[in-house]
Amino acid sequence: MDLYEHQARDLFAEYGIAVPEAETVEFAREAALAAERLGGRVVVKAQVKTGGRGKAGGVKLAADPAAAELTARQILGMDIKGHTVRTVMLAQPVDIETEFYVSYVLDRAAGTFLAIASAEGGMDIEEVAATRPEAVARIPIDPAEGVTAAKAVEIAVAAQLPPETAPVLESLWQVLIREDALLVEVNPLVRTTDGRILALDGKVTLDDNAQFRQSRWGDEQQDPGADPLEAAAAAKGLNYVKLDGEVGIIGNGAGLVMSTLDVVAGCGARPANFLDIGGGASAQVMADGLSVILSDPDVKSVFVNVFGGITACDAVADGIVQALETVRLTKPLVVRLDGNNAARGRAILADRAHPLVEQVTTMDGAARQSAVLANAG
Amino acid sequence: MAIFLTKESKVLVQGMTGAEGMKHTRRMLEAGTDVVGGVNPRKAGKSVDFDGRAVPVFGSVADGIAATGADVTVVFVPPPFAKAAVMEAVDAGIGLAVVITEGIPVHDAVVFQAYAEKSETRIIGPNCPGLISPGQSNAGIIPADIATKPGRIGLVSKSGTLTYQLMYELREIGFSSAVGIGGDPVVGTTHIDCLAAFEADPDTELIVLIGEIGGDAEERAAAYIAEHVTKPVVGYIAGFTAPEGKTMGHAGAIVSGSSGTAEAKKKALEASGVRVGSTPSETARLVLDRIAITA
Repeated sequence: MDLYEHQARDLFAEYGIAVPEAETVEFAREAALAAERLGGRVVVKAQVKTGGRGKAGGVKLAADPAAAELTARQILGMDIKGHTVRTVMLAQPVDIETEFYVSYVLDRAAGTFLAIASAEGGMDIEEVAATRPEAVARIPIDPAEGVTAAKAVEIAVAAQLPPETAPVLESLWQVLIREDALLVEVNPLVRTTDGRILALDGKVTLDDNAQFRQSRWGDEQQDPGADPLEAAAAAKGLNYVKLDGEVGIIGNGAGLVMSTLDVVAGCGARPANFLDIGGGASAQVMADGLSVILSDPDVKSVFVNVFGGITACDAVADGIVQALETVRLTKPLVVRLDGNNAARGRAILADRAHPLVEQVTTMDGAARQSAVLANAG
Repeated sequence: MAIFLTKESKVLVQGMTGAEGMKHTRRMLEAGTDVVGGVNPRKAGKSVDFDGRAVPVFGSVADGIAATGADVTVVFVPPPFAKAAVMEAVDAGIGLAVVITEGIPVHDAVVFQAYAEKSETRIIGPNCPGLISPGQSNAGIIPADIATKPGRIGLVSKSGTLTYQLMYELREIGFSSAVGIGGDPVVGTTHIDCLAAFEADPDTELIVLIGEIGGDAEERAAAYIAEHVTKPVVGYIAGFTAPEGKTMGHAGAIVSGSSGTAEAKKKALEASGVRVGSTPSETARLVLDRIAITA
């Protein structure tokens, strides 16, 4: 889960990292007063969980409170890469002398966190990393030791950052550890012309698996820019991702569902979604899954692909039959059952004999059939 | 032979007395696994009856090892307590810890993996189905009845269900071992570790490698294959249609920027001489073709 910039900013401030004075507003009429409190001249920044805000016109300088209100009015409601802007942050502008880049990221290969820092922040850090890797320091952190004052100095020296950035590196590590973050990034970290070190913009990605011990970020974190079907599925605890095709896909297990999408795509149709019912799916999960997929107007056919391991195919078939009682099936359903109790599962569906439900015994054959039905529908 | 797990393996189950632990301990016993004990500090000294077989419960992994000579532990402990459970197993000097638990915070996994690295303990997982050496032993949740026949294929996979799918399709040939390494961003045993073990295993003739989007584990495995693996490898990668920035079920299955795509992984494997199937069934056919050639 990503935090909004203003939330990342508040978090940095809480951990003693200096940030520009700022306020967030949801209504343009509040922007003028906020700007006045901040000294009149402000930067107005769209709060969306996606990059490229600047290029999309989501970051603008306003010379005075009246201009701030006008600018906020322009930016609020704007669509940036499918994300609607619901909040803008008004921040005091700062006079930048130098820009730096600092972050901690997970290094999957090494199984630990890595400090990435560069004296050339601000611009596209990936570009710098690709063209001049020597300008970017990458230092693994021993999880047992963490980032001590000495380690912070080591990182700063390696990245040729000024020594006064070391305390920021130390504090940023505390944000990562105490908030269960998978990524903390400050870009740019700046030195102002009057010699202050400020975090001008930042990104924080939290670990959803750690929510049981990180209770402060609640449901308000649901990205309002997200797809309404994704929101509905999330509310039902379903592992669902909306895609832009026509074949609705339900399966058991992340790997098998991903594979199903690929096989359907290989048959000349586009998957409409990813929906993993997980292990030991109940009738309720099956019904919930079907109802989410059937309420997607783009869906022309549905492919249920289950390889029973822990999950028993007869239970899945029972689930489908029960789902047919509660969900009105309007689109063809292609079902492939294999593995644990497949014969019993197939018999249950054969007995129910719903005219829109068709069984195919192989994954490839079922994928082909669901593609054909979607293209015909 | 087999890798990491044989009929000699003596298996403890941490979290055996929980619902998942009970269900899967029963299945492991049915598959022939020598489950020698459970671990639960609050139920130490008791035992659990599985169809006439009494499995003792120990207060700690160390007690279980002392009493039984256990060398493998399977961890079903819930996420908030999983880190402590794994570290306890490492402290007790267990040889192999198979962490089934799903939803362990990444910071916890980073800590216990680093801790295990400084020890003799191999970790498989977390968030994995475990591993099976058909006809010998089963440590985890892989349904043993998919492929009961010991055989010549070694399989390593990030995905549980794709492990099952490929085992099913290749059940006539059978497996030396099948290892599900887990779909989390940070896992203990990697594709490379399994490739090395299968390469050294005289009973393994061909290796099936299943990967998915996210990270660069498959690219690194490809480089390793080019350098070190002489046995034929057949690959499969899931997630060609996954869009950028969306997590596809597994915590580690996400394409970020230009990295972690299925296409890049497939290319890297093919460049190392690995034949890569475009569907699970085509992958199985490639294996059958290859086995027919060598037979």
